[in-house]
Amino acid sequence: MTMTATPSKPWAASAKDRAIDGAIFVGSLLSSYLLVFLTALKGKLAYFVCFFIAYAIFTTVFKGIQRGNAAAKDALVNSLVAIGAIVTVIPAASILLTVLQKGLPGISFSLFTNDMSLATPTDPLSNGGLLHAITGTLTLMVLALIMSVPIGILTALYLTEIKGRFTGPIRFLVQAMSGVPSIVAGLFILSAILYPITKGYSGFMGALALTILMIPTIARTSEEVLNLIPNDLREAGTALGGTQWRTVAMIVLPAARSGLVTAVILGVARIAGETAPILLLTGGGDKVNPNAFTGPMGSMPYYIWKSFNAGSPEAITRAWAGLLVLVGLVLILFTTARFLGSRKVSK
Amino acid sequence: MSTQELVIPAPREIVTEPRRSDKIFRGVVTGGGLSSLAILGLIAIFLGYRGFEVLRQEGIGFITHSDWSISTDDAGNVLDSHFGLAAMLVGTILCSLIAVVIAVPISVFSALFLNFYAPGWLKKILITIIDMMAAFPSILFGIWGFLVLMPSVEYWAKLLHRYLGFIPFFDMQVPVYTRSPFVAGVVLSIMIIPIITSVSREIFSQAPLDRIQAAYALGATRWAMIKAVVIPHGRSGVIGGAMLGLGRAMGETVAVFTVLNIVFQVNWQMLLGAGGNVASLIILKFGDASPYEIKALMAAGLILFLLTLIVNAIANVIVKTTGKSGR
Repeated sequence: MTMTATPSKPWAASAKDRAIDGAIFVGSLLSSYLLVFLTALKGKLAYFVCFFIAYAIFTTVFKGIQRGNAAAKDALVNSLVAIGAIVTVIPAASILLTVLQKGLPGISFSLFTNDMSLATPTDPLSNGGLLHAITGTLTLMVLALIMSVPIGILTALYLTEIKGRFTGPIRFLVQAMSGVPSIVAGLFILSAILYPITKGYSGFMGALALTILMIPTIARTSEEVLNLIPNDLREAGTALGGTQWRTVAMIVLPAARSGLVTAVILGVARIAGETAPILLLTGGGDKVNPNAFTGPMGSMPYYIWKSFNAGSPEAITRAWAGLLVLVGLVLILFTTARFLGSRKVSK
Repeated sequence: MSTQELVIPAPREIVTEPRRSDKIFRGVVTGGGLSSLAILGLIAIFLGYRGFEVLRQEGIGFITHSDWSISTDDAGNVLDSHFGLAAMLVGTILCSLIAVVIAVPISVFSALFLNFYAPGWLKKILITIIDMMAAFPSILFGIWGFLVLMPSVEYWAKLLHRYLGFIPFFDMQVPVYTRSPFVAGVVLSIMIIPIITSVSREIFSQAPLDRIQAAYALGATRWAMIKAVVIPHGRSGVIGGAMLGLGRAMGETVAVFTVLNIVFQVNWQMLLGAGGNVASLIILKFGDASPYEIKALMAAGLILFLLTLIVNAIANVIVKTTGKSGR
């Protein structure tokens, strides 16, 4: 007769423990309903809050009776930590749900083929669209990319490859720059370029402000990526007789390529929905404007802002539809960046 | 088998001086690197230059008075003007402090959850969601805050006023709850929770593993371990993260503008629907400002720039020093 030894798991929850856990859960659920029913509290959130408070109290008291003081504190922190995580995530879920719910009714094919030159935000939804806003946002992005990518990557290269005298100060300044409020970037372009030189709103002015906001994101992410490139590669390049320029251009940068693309995409996602400088600088036209250097240029944030401020139900639906398109764009960029970033690490 | 003659290339000349291509390369890269210095310097110079006239006329009153008025004659000449930022500065600080006070405990708890409680799959999902939130455009938070969040927050404000009204901060004479600094603070807190959470998570994950295991080996519960090892290690990092969040909250424009009622009067009662905010002031007044008022707005922008720069600098120094020492 053979016997198989089954290892016992003294730490695993027994049937009794599970039953008690379940009882606590049901108990707090019931008491939350009771509290909301009996007191002046109301709303979904009240159920949620009461449930968690009740659950935290019940588990704490029970563990305290069962295992003593330290276990009670541990149980209390368990619930607090879970609440923290849930409270962090709820707004994201609520935002996404609301945007989908309120934006979808406003989405139609004509939205992507018309501009607002013959319509106002308060018109019925079948009139006008956001073609001008989409083309404007894309133009702004491309212009900002052209200007910020070289500067951002050069800054990162200075910090990782040259490591000169200014490395410390520049790293500090780049971080300080990432905290510059977007409205200040807008005011700066206004005071330094728009008023003295061009004297007129244009897409290019907006792109300049976005460049200022984009450089630190690109520089910081690229620096992290370039730091991950093993030094062996650089040494191998130098050992083969390559100058520093050749080593960086033909070995380091190609090796870091997908990481750098991630950095650039994160930079674009950062500025896609930037509103304040756009309001100050682009003038926000209602027509598709292919020329970024003269004339007002519409963009997604401006369109959303204008529709939202118009205030009628149609205009608000327009704003939500615009937000849905904008959020979709940001999420696509974000997912692409994540995908490229994770692929690089797993390799 | 024939022996091939080996061709040995002539050795390259050994020089200590970098080649011309390298010199150009280093020059270009250094130039690119210094651009951040140039941009920050230019921002300060240009805003200061444009706002100088107003700053000189108003003097220290620019940050201690709180009336904002300008009168011009028909030709557009300035007859009389008073520009004071006090109410706006107080409002900015009040809103961002409310945001930080709400956001820090929540972020610290969720960072602890991510590092020490969540199973791997949940951690991955949560981190993606939190990073995604950090990438949401601010106008989205503004409109969502105005249309969805504000009714709930007003209700919380009523509860606070009814039960905690004896504390001066929660007190108010006129029951106007709409568009108060409290509402703006809650919206801002939701915007900065992702930032503080990721900084805290980063710092907590650097807590020395051997000490964590030592604590468990001594029979510590999870909370006892966190209290003894993680919190002493990460305390100043969390403070730095909170300061980063504070800097972000101070400079936020559009989200605050949609949910805050701007009034030119210093108001410390956070539940009352009358607040101030430097960045929102700029958006509010920019549309129909005369050239002279624009100069005042530039000066306001300069003050905001310096304020966020100082807060961010302190935050970065704190985060950097704790990251390195890793006690």
